[in-house]
Amino acid sequence: MGHTFAEKVLARKAGLESVVPGQIVTVRPDKLLTHDNTSDIARKFRAIGVDKVANPATHVIVLDHVTPAASETHAASHKATRAFVAEQGIEAFYDIGEGICHQVLPEKGHAWPGAVIVGSDSHTPTAGAFSAFAAGIGRTEAAAVTATGSIWLRVPETLRIVLHGTLPPRVSAKDVILHIIGDLRADGADYCSVEFAGETVRAMSIAGRMVLCNMAAEMGAKNAVVEADETTLDWLAGRTLWDTETLRRWAAEFRSDPDAAYARVIEYDVSDLAPQVAKPHTVDNVVPVTEVVGTKIDQVLIGTCTNGRLEDLEAAADILRGKHIASGVRLLVLPASREILLAAIERGIIADLVAAGATLLNPGCGPCLGAHEGCMAPGEVTVSTANRNFKGRMGSKEAFTYLASPATVAASALAGVIADPREV
Amino acid sequence: MQTRITGRVWKYGDDVNTDVIFPGKYTYSLTDPAEMAKHALEDLDPTFVKNVRPGDIIVAGKNWGCGSSREQAVVCLKEAGVGAIVARSFARIYFRNAINYALPIVTCDAVDSVESGEEITIDFTAGTVITPRATYTFPPFPPEVMAILEAGGLIPYTQQALGVKSNQ
Repeated sequence: MGHTFAEKVLARKAGLESVVPGQIVTVRPDKLLTHDNTSDIARKFRAIGVDKVANPATHVIVLDHVTPAASETHAASHKATRAFVAEQGIEAFYDIGEGICHQVLPEKGHAWPGAVIVGSDSHTPTAGAFSAFAAGIGRTEAAAVTATGSIWLRVPETLRIVLHGTLPPRVSAKDVILHIIGDLRADGADYCSVEFAGETVRAMSIAGRMVLCNMAAEMGAKNAVVEADETTLDWLAGRTLWDTETLRRWAAEFRSDPDAAYARVIEYDVSDLAPQVAKPHTVDNVVPVTEVVGTKIDQVLIGTCTNGRLEDLEAAADILRGKHIASGVRLLVLPASREILLAAIERGIIADLVAAGATLLNPGCGPCLGAHEGCMAPGEVTVSTANRNFKGRMGSKEAFTYLASPATVAASALAGVIADPREV
Repeated sequence: MQTRITGRVWKYGDDVNTDVIFPGKYTYSLTDPAEMAKHALEDLDPTFVKNVRPGDIIVAGKNWGCGSSREQAVVCLKEAGVGAIVARSFARIYFRNAINYALPIVTCDAVDSVESGEEITIDFTAGTVITPRATYTFPPFPPEVMAILEAGGLIPYTQQALGVKSNQ
């Protein structure tokens, strides 16, 4: 009997011949990703009574959630994080403006095939787009990893999702994953490792694969993964500590076996998929865009760890270039990283978006978590490229968030109401 | 850890997410657990904080605690006095956070046979939840998980494992 990706990685890291779902293993993660919560994790770490972190090279720290600091409290938290970084000799620290942790992590070479990454953020599975085993944990757990360098993990069952067909114009990875979450529901992949496979996934860019893995968290996945191929290796070239041949060897080693045992295999054909929208207030409340066309909106958000990448900004610019957003609508644009912002400036994408009426915000999480840079008032409606639309998520609990692709939200910004991007 | 607890029930539905348990806007500004408790379930049930009593038990449907990894969604309930959470299922990070903060959680279908305000009893030794109308069984935690709960959470557990004394 063969093994899944998750079984292979966890067996290797635990020093075991093989493992089975349900087994609990202790592993030493290659990377521990933390963000603005680092100051609180450092406080918990000190409470344990240890003075030095187990391994400074494990830590990747990115200030992204409320950056630049929105208040004195946030500023003090950032300051405490910088002090912890200096005191512990942590090199992989990325201060405000570098970008969102899930984007900066791979950009700076901290994700690779077969790596075990734990992060104190629920969207840590995003790094599965590089065939890393990446799972979210809480702050206390991050403090314990800081002190001990190790963590217990339950070997997950694996859900394999196979995608067939070519995506229609103006339909993207975001529409695919919204459709899947609407189908499988918010707990459809609870505790599971989710493998995304099939020719549709192989044809996707790294950005598209990151969208799938990022949002697998919204159906409860422990981690998500796309098999590493030449697209992955090209993207990673020159970013990690290893040469492409080494990465290619690891990609092959951790690839799921053809006879691996899956809890479930689900197949979708995306050839006729329409743009999808998640309605308030849950991510699995998904309908085709045609069912909500005409819904009045106040704010549009393009960015976040889900859809703040170059091809997302480009998709929006293709729709907005030379035009202007509807009066009464606020368009917020946040590139996911400094690298993406620079590339978008070079290509003229930023100029196109700003000329069309966009308010450009710094790379970071922005208003996604309702702390700053575009919170909503009672009764207001935002259509966003983010991954969550829970009640109160973006400010008022009486506000409404719809989730959609960059193309759909750009088309909506033009119209002042939710619009179908295929008709622009 | 107490082996048997009886408490008054607060009943909720399916897929209760961490944003309504503890709003994201407070996650990087509130650090005092007592302050966190004042916002517990703020966007789901404003009556909860006003009326919760020590030892009350939350009983819910599937996928309790889905969404963000924020640990405050556990801390605010424990600090508000919640003695245990019984749900049909839990989101995985919430499950780990609860164990790590030594908030007992039980996976069973008690939500089917109890209403808010009624009392239920959880017997951790027998592995049973007794509601006014039915009795449910639940499997024991794996030994690795039980060890963390018995130590009083992951911080004391880690201190024991490393043989260190707390700085606090």
